[in-house]
Amino acid sequence: MLDFDLNVHRVITIGSIDIWITDTTFSMAGIMLILIIFAVVVRIKLSKFKEIPTGFQNFVELIVEMFENFVAGSAGAKLSWVGGWFFTVFSFLLLSNMSGVVWFVRPPTADWTVPLSLAIITVVLMQAVGVWYRGWDYISKFFKPFFLFLPINILGELSRPISLSFRLFGNVLGGMILVSLVYALTPTVVAMFLPVVLHAYFDVISGAMQAFVFTVLSLTYLGLAVSED
Amino acid sequence: MNPVAAVMIVAYITSTIAIFNGFATTFTQARIACVAIDAIARQPEARGPITTAMFASLAMAETGGIYGLVVSIIILFPNPILNNFIQYLV
Repeated sequence: MLDFDLNVHRVITIGSIDIWITDTTFSMAGIMLILIIFAVVVRIKLSKFKEIPTGFQNFVELIVEMFENFVAGSAGAKLSWVGGWFFTVFSFLLLSNMSGVVWFVRPPTADWTVPLSLAIITVVLMQAVGVWYRGWDYISKFFKPFFLFLPINILGELSRPISLSFRLFGNVLGGMILVSLVYALTPTVVAMFLPVVLHAYFDVISGAMQAFVFTVLSLTYLGLAVSED
Repeated sequence: MNPVAAVMIVAYITSTIAIFNGFATTFTQARIACVAIDAIARQPEARGPITTAMFASLAMAETGGIYGLVVSIIILFPNPILNNFIQYLV
């Protein structure tokens, strides 16, 4: 009854590389499909957008403007161009954390590879942005207070993707395991009502908060890399 | 006693101990929330930035607790100790 193991459906071997088709692959594909359909619908409706927004246009403009202000607030106005990427990350994380409410869907973020790859992208982007905006000034930061601190500084940078990804992964996986434990432990009558509350907390509230926190921390890291002090 | 059962018992006890760092995490988060509420009470107009900073710091403080949770889950379910032990027995 405890079904939070990652089911591997098929292993495709290309050359010497094994590609594992797991539950995560399917749920991620579904979420990406939803996001792509939403984006295409917005793109088609974009030509019909009027000067004074109504209905659907209002909603889309609200999201975009809110996120632009949010990026400018937490990473600085200089970095407002990363907003597009982090909006994608935020909407993907929001949908994938919340996808646990759907029956038989395993949230993609409950697999460590997904948060880890997003966190690695954030950290690579952070180093690139730091070097791009500050040049040698940013690189010399690694040799402070003096050059023997280089390994410690590099270790500090490497710990960032790990802490960023484990935070998201641990929250989602912990919530998923707790909810499935309750499903397994309670009789059918109770299992129809009690897990609703747990789903509402662990998937919807906590999931939205973790998606928000991931985005805020990534933007704060980027802002720290660009700031002059 | 069956040696595999003994290893399982040790694994369960260890995973419970790993969860205990939730104490420190909870107290730290309570302290952060306490300070943030104080700040909002002092300056109600700065509610938005304080709330954002509070959530970011809460997430930072949560990292330790999450590490404990992940360690505990790894000890309980994939259980590398038991796997190593079984390989040693065979």
